[in-house]
Amino acid sequence: MSNVVDYTARGYNVDELASGGRESAGGTVPQRDSTGGLTSSARQSSARQLPHSAPPGAALLLSARQLHKSYRKGKLEIPVLRGVDFDVCEGGFTAIVGQSGSGKSTLLHLLGTLDAPDDGEIYFEGNRIDNLPSVSRDILRNRHFGMIFQFYHLLPELTTLENVLIPSMIAEGVLRYWFNKRRHVERARHLLDMVGLSHRLNHKPRELSGGEMQRAAIARALIADPQLLLADEPTGNLDRQTGREILTLLRSLNVEQNLTIVMVTHDNAIADQADNIVRLVEGRVEQV
Amino acid sequence: MYKLLLSWRYLRTRYIALASIISVTLGVATLIVVNSVMAGFRTEMHKRLHGILSDLTFESPGLEGIYDPEWHMQQIREIIGSDLVGMTPTVRVPAMLNFQYRGRWVTQQVMLIGIDNETYAQVSDFSQYLLHPENQQKLQFLLRQNGYDPKLPGSGWGYRQNRVAFERTYMRELPSGDDSFNRDPTGSAELTGPTPLPPIEGTSATAANQGAPSAVMPPEDPFNKGGVPRDPFNVAAPREEIKKFDEMTDQYTGVILGLAIASTRYRDPDGSVQDYFLVRPGDDVQITLPTAGTPPTAVSNTFTVVDLYESKMSEYDSSFAFVPISKLQDLRGMIDPLSGVASVTSIQIKLKPGADLNAVRDKLRARFPAEQYPYRIQTWRDMQGPLLAAVQLETTLLNILLFLIIAVAGFGILATFFMIVVEKTRDIGILKALGAPSRGVMSIFLSYGLSLGIVGSGVGAVLGIVFVIYINHIAKLLEMVTGHEVFDPTVYYFQEIPTIIDPVTVAWVAAGAVSIAVLASVLPALRAARLHPVEALRYE
Repeated sequence: MSNVVDYTARGYNVDELASGGRESAGGTVPQRDSTGGLTSSARQSSARQLPHSAPPGAALLLSARQLHKSYRKGKLEIPVLRGVDFDVCEGGFTAIVGQSGSGKSTLLHLLGTLDAPDDGEIYFEGNRIDNLPSVSRDILRNRHFGMIFQFYHLLPELTTLENVLIPSMIAEGVLRYWFNKRRHVERARHLLDMVGLSHRLNHKPRELSGGEMQRAAIARALIADPQLLLADEPTGNLDRQTGREILTLLRSLNVEQNLTIVMVTHDNAIADQADNIVRLVEGRVEQV
Repeated sequence: MYKLLLSWRYLRTRYIALASIISVTLGVATLIVVNSVMAGFRTEMHKRLHGILSDLTFESPGLEGIYDPEWHMQQIREIIGSDLVGMTPTVRVPAMLNFQYRGRWVTQQVMLIGIDNETYAQVSDFSQYLLHPENQQKLQFLLRQNGYDPKLPGSGWGYRQNRVAFERTYMRELPSGDDSFNRDPTGSAELTGPTPLPPIEGTSATAANQGAPSAVMPPEDPFNKGGVPRDPFNVAAPREEIKKFDEMTDQYTGVILGLAIASTRYRDPDGSVQDYFLVRPGDDVQITLPTAGTPPTAVSNTFTVVDLYESKMSEYDSSFAFVPISKLQDLRGMIDPLSGVASVTSIQIKLKPGADLNAVRDKLRARFPAEQYPYRIQTWRDMQGPLLAAVQLETTLLNILLFLIIAVAGFGILATFFMIVVEKTRDIGILKALGAPSRGVMSIFLSYGLSLGIVGSGVGAVLGIVFVIYINHIAKLLEMVTGHEVFDPTVYYFQEIPTIIDPVTVAWVAAGAVSIAVLASVLPALRAARLHPVEALRYE
C-alpha cells in the first residue's frame, strides 16, 4: 500500500527505484543530475575523491556531499559532522572508522535516511534522497537499504522467522502479504539457512546468542533484496571469534552477491577487511 | 500486517494492559446489569401502572362529574374511530373506609371507584389481579362461597356465617344494652352498620337480598329505577317486600379492596414475609363518601368485601376500592331525578395496541378544549408522569455515572499505554528504521487499544449478561452471605428481580467502551508515531 505514494513529486522516479534502478542508475552521477545545491569546490573535491580502490567502471551507488550535522544539548550546539564528502561504489565494501564521538554512526544514520543533515546532500543512484518526504524515505529504507546494528535490534515479541519477515510485512498490506506469504516465508527460510540459523526459526531473540541474533538481523536486512547494506558496529557487541564469523559472512555476501556494504567500526583490525577505509576525524573525512 | 501481528503479540504478552482494562470490563458489566434491571423494573412497573389504568382517561375534576356520559362517549367514539377498543364510565371519589377489627374501628382513606362490571374488563386488566379465580374470569360483586386465593384462607360465605354466628353468641353473653362490640362510629341510627338489627330505612341491599346466599343481588336498585333515589316516602310503598336483613345469608353491596388496604405486610420470626388480613372477603365495611351536591355532604353506607386485588403496585393496592358504579351513582345523587341520566366522573378509554396515545389524546383535547370544557384528558403515562420521569432520570443518572467509571478506566489505559510506548521505544525505532511509516506505528497502538477495548468490553458484556441471567440466584447467595435481603419483599412487590436484556443497549455500551479504549490510546499512539528513529534506537 505504501508504494502508491507519489514518489516522483521530488524528482525521484519510483519505477526506476523499484525495478530498473540498478541498471539505469549506472550512468547518472550526482554532479550531472543536480547542480543547484552543489558548490563548484564541492564538485571539484568529489571528483578528486573518487574511490581509488574501486574497480574501474564501477558505478557510484551512494554519495554524500558536504554533510553537516550538529546536535543540541540545551543551548550548546555540538557539531558532529563538518562537511563530509563520501562515495560508495556499487559492489564496494567500505569501512568507516573513527574514535567514538567522531560522528561515524551519525554519518551512517544520515546515509540511511534515518536522520536528515543540517546541510549538504546525499545521492542514491544519482538521485537526491536527503530531502525526500518521509514516506519516500520509509520506502527507501524498507526496500533499498538493509540495516544491521550493534545491538541487533530484533523485536523481542517475535520469533526469528517473524523478525526476518517484518520488512516484507511493512512493505505490503495485510491482503497482499497473505497472498504472497508463502513466497516471503520461503525467502526468509532461505536467508536464515544461508546465515546458518535454519535450526532457530521459532526461537525468540532472548533464546539466541549474540552471534545468532546478529545473523538473524543480517537475514532481516537482506529480505527485501537491498542494494546497500548499512552496518553499525556489527561486531561491537560480540567476542572476537563471533565477530570474525559475522565479518566473514558479510564479506562473502559482498563477494558472492555483489552486495554493497558500508560498515561503521572502531576496530581497525576489522576495518582492514574492507576494500576501502574512510577515517573520520573530528567530523571530517581523513583519507587513508 | 506487522501492525496486527505486533498488537496481537503485545496483547498476549502485556498482562499489565489487561489489568488496566479490568475496570472497563467491570464498568461494562455493571452498565449492562443496571440497564437490564432498570429495564425490567420499568417494564414491570409500566405493566402494573397500566394494569389498572386504562390507556386514556377522560375525567371531570369536579365531584358532580360529567353530565350525560352517553353523548360524550358517542363523541369520543367518533373522534377516535377504529383505534377504539373499549370504553367504560367510572365514578371516582375520595372516600373514607371504616371497618371493625377486634372491637376497634380502623379508618382508612381510599379512592372509591365505581365501575361497570360488564365493560370495565374491556379497558383494564384489573380483573386478572383479583384473588378469586372466578372473578378473574368474570367480575361479579358477589361474595363467593369459598375458593379464594391460598393467601386468603377461610374467606367467603362460610367465614361470614361463622363470624356472624360467633358474634351473635358473644352478643348474647353480653349484658343487654352493652353494644360496645358493635358501636356505631358515627352514632347515626340511620346508617346501616353491621348490626343485626333490621335497618330502619329501606336500603337497596336490604330490599334486594332476600333469601339464601345464592340469591343474586341485582346490580340495579329496584327502587332507583323510578329515578327518585333515597326518597324516604318511597319506603312505605313496598313495605311488605322488606324482609329482615340477615347477615348470615345476605350481603350488602360488594366492594373490592386493595390488598394493602385490607392487610398489613410483616415478617414473621422465621424471616418469611406474611400478609396479615384485617379484613377479608365476608367482612362488612362502612364507606363514607361525599355526595355530588354543592357543598358536598358525607353519606355512609355499608358494603360487604367480596374480593381483594393485588396489582403489586403499592400505590394502587393501598388506595383503590372498587364498587358497582350504579350503587355509587345512587349514593352520591348523581342520577338526574327527572331524566334518569346518571353522571360519571370519568370515562376510561382503551385503544388498540400500538395506537399513538398522545395523538389520540391531542385529538380529544382539540375537541374538548380546556377553555370550554372542564375536562382533563390524560394518558396513563401523563397520570404517572412524575413516577415514570423519576425512574427515567434514575436510569439516565446511573448510566452517566457508570460511563464516567469507564472514562476513568480510559485514563488508566492512557497511563498504561504511555508506559508501554516508553517500554517499546526501541522497538518503535527498529520498525521505523526498517521503513515502517509513522502512520503504521501509530496504528499498532491504536489497534492495540482497539483489541484491548474489544476484549475488555466483550468479557464485560458476557459477565454482565451472565450476571443478569443468574441475578436471582446471586441475590439469594448475597442474602445467605450477608443476611440482608437485597430486595425486601415488604417494600418491593417483587418475588424475583425482573430483568430485560436489551441487545441494542448491550451493543451501545460495548461500543462506547471500545471507543473509550481507542480514544485513550490515541495520545500514546501519537507519541509513538512522533518518536525520532535515531533517538529511539539509541534509547536503552
